[in-house]
Amino acid sequence: MNNHEQNSERLANPCGKVIAVAVLCLGFLLGQAGAQGGGELRFCLRNEPKTFDPLKVEDDASAAIRYLTGGVLVRVNRQTQELEPELALSWKVSKDGRQISFRLRSGVSFSDGTAFSAEDVAYTVQQLMDPALHSATGDAFRSGTGSVETKVISPAQVSIRFPAPVAGLDRLFDQVAILSEHSPKKEMAVLGPFMVADYKPGSTVLLQRNPYYWKTDEQGRKLPYLDSIELDIQPNRDVEMLRFKRGELDLINSLDSEYFDKLAATSPQLVHDAGPSLDSEQLWFNEVAKAPIPSYKKNWFRSVSFRRAISEAINRDDLSRIVFHGHAQPAMGPFSPANKFWFNSKLKPQAYDPDAALKALQTDGFRMENGTLKDKDGNEVVFSIITNAGNKARERMAVLIQDDLQKIGIHVNVVTLDFPSLIERMTQTFDYEAIILGLTNVDLDPNGEMNVWLSSSENHQWNPQEKTPETSWEAEIDRLMRAQASSSDAKQRKEAFDRVQEIVVEQEPFIFLINKNALSAVSTTVHGAAPVILSPQTFWNAERLTVSK
Amino acid sequence: MSLWRKLACGILALVLGAALAANWLAPAGYAKQYREATDSSPSRTHWLGTDEIGRDRFARLLYGTRISLLLAPAAALLSTLMAALIGGLAGYLGGIWARMAMAVTDLFMSLPWLFLLITARALMPLNVSPVVSVLVTFMLLGLLGWTTAARVLCTTAGSLRTSDFIRQARAAGLPKQRLFWMHVVPNLKPVLYAQFWISIPVFILAEANLGILGLGVAEPLPSWGSLLKELEGLVSVGEEPWKFVPLILLVVVVTSFQLLLSRQEEVAA
Repeated sequence: MNNHEQNSERLANPCGKVIAVAVLCLGFLLGQAGAQGGGELRFCLRNEPKTFDPLKVEDDASAAIRYLTGGVLVRVNRQTQELEPELALSWKVSKDGRQISFRLRSGVSFSDGTAFSAEDVAYTVQQLMDPALHSATGDAFRSGTGSVETKVISPAQVSIRFPAPVAGLDRLFDQVAILSEHSPKKEMAVLGPFMVADYKPGSTVLLQRNPYYWKTDEQGRKLPYLDSIELDIQPNRDVEMLRFKRGELDLINSLDSEYFDKLAATSPQLVHDAGPSLDSEQLWFNEVAKAPIPSYKKNWFRSVSFRRAISEAINRDDLSRIVFHGHAQPAMGPFSPANKFWFNSKLKPQAYDPDAALKALQTDGFRMENGTLKDKDGNEVVFSIITNAGNKARERMAVLIQDDLQKIGIHVNVVTLDFPSLIERMTQTFDYEAIILGLTNVDLDPNGEMNVWLSSSENHQWNPQEKTPETSWEAEIDRLMRAQASSSDAKQRKEAFDRVQEIVVEQEPFIFLINKNALSAVSTTVHGAAPVILSPQTFWNAERLTVSK
Repeated sequence: MSLWRKLACGILALVLGAALAANWLAPAGYAKQYREATDSSPSRTHWLGTDEIGRDRFARLLYGTRISLLLAPAAALLSTLMAALIGGLAGYLGGIWARMAMAVTDLFMSLPWLFLLITARALMPLNVSPVVSVLVTFMLLGLLGWTTAARVLCTTAGSLRTSDFIRQARAAGLPKQRLFWMHVVPNLKPVLYAQFWISIPVFILAEANLGILGLGVAEPLPSWGSLLKELEGLVSVGEEPWKFVPLILLVVVVTSFQLLLSRQEEVAA
């Protein structure tokens, strides 16, 4: 049924004159928007979106939809990594880092025509911070106990006060899509460039241009240019690649290096390597005191010289060149150089030197006997590395590391486990020796990693939930992480986190292996695409993309 | 023996011989990594090219064949013996024994084995050498694969128990044990042979499936399962045809076993 038919039906209803006028206006607006003819963009979501409520987002698919449909007060520009105004014209964070005030854009409406005001911002923040909601986005704002106070000063001004200082407070609002307090459509009324028009579970999510979107381009044309975006739910990457090659998809947001090279061989103009991303792959040893592993092995794993020797004996260049086909860089520490502000530029990649590694181990009492390394008590140095079955890159890295360590007499057993079993061993039974896994960083700010670096945290993987820091360097990391989190001075925060990175590199609780490059594929029919390293790599500027067919 | 069976025998002998002579035939060890020549096409040095981390595919195929082709019959033997013990004996004894054996068989057949195998692998100690892991994998397959054969043997032994010649032997006063070993077991032999030959390709394929799931034989040991994993994600057949050699070999070997099986079935008949 087209717009005209819909309108005729509404006019036939004598009680619906007001609605009919509104629908006609909407039809006019849609017609105007349709005249822009930006086309339809099609790409795949790898999983079913779990929610359309932007405050409850936890999965990648829902985050992609939130990015395309949600209107935010401020936005981190994915290209420059700078914070830019969106719905907020300006903002100010108080000196104590506890309060933020926004001056809002006026004349903005939600996708259903409901007017946007400061009340909506206050409502969104109250909803976000409601403990009953269990919002992962809200957790980033929780720095202390107590309630969050919101104050609507005028329809265009609002201030929000937190019970304790929140580091990097303004940047956190990049993830907060504003909800309407008054719209009957609740979370389906959005302020972003697109709105959800149709959803077929297991199949597609159709987004259409938001006719009330406030932004225009430099020539005064209304954004977005695209008429719609079709998101196909497709977990199988082979199928995604085939469909892209057949021209049924316009882009692949994140590509494996293997697929990247295959596509580059035939169509180099379609692939984009944006350089090292924020994601890292790392190896770590089990340092949990109560872990059910022999005590002599615990002694190895808790020895910094042992960990450093292992790190030195791993050829990271080969990992990058062979496993990732050169589309990765040897990792230097907890943060990738891609994180322009927070990366400690003093850090250098660990040099590959198996001879130096063996020498260091021998200094520590280990000795080589018939090609096998033994500790001072005569125990053969044998341990297992587990990783998740099905992840080809990690399996290959494990086999290369197995071969590297064999050269210094260390026997490694590679075991692939299904993911739930691996997580159970890692977080509950602690029945493992070493693990290779990756960290996906979506947040540029180190506060996003508080749950990894604080010794009391559950995600302090090598030795979680320590009652008190078990080593002096962990105590120092705790102190520095807390110091940077409670400071609103960017310079002081940077200094503190630089030191954290140095300690991590010195102690190697995580042996950082590589930082993967951000790889993507974009069809030549898509205009305006400029893939970047930050998520969403290819459609971060979706409002300015066009598709010609 | 027909020409096809001769051919099957010849192929199996050739494949087994090549696998046993892997130490001499292979240009390098199965774990040797040529890191400067990864994922290379076939060449004089590497007849089937190298895999994604630079290991010689031909060497891995020979060693993988050795593992799959030696351990699958071992697992088949284990499962056939268990089937003979449980199914054959229960069928011969009949009554409550046969019903109990069939109930246990039904229970085993209804279990979701794939998930149980995944669980079993997850429960196993992590620090086992690749050789132990391969032995455990095939032992598990052997211990779990007896049910179908047990059903067949139970039915066969049951029909033997009520057959005329057994009744006559019993009436003539032949002791039970002598009756079982002298008259029942020899008549079960053809069925046991057939079940044994059927099981071999089944276990080869089962290991290949486990290998694809990341279970089974641990790195760096090769098996047909791990070699077939390379075909995952291969977009077109013509792209890298040499990667299909393990698959072709698997099909040839399984077909050869089937041709030999026909012979055994004739004997059983």
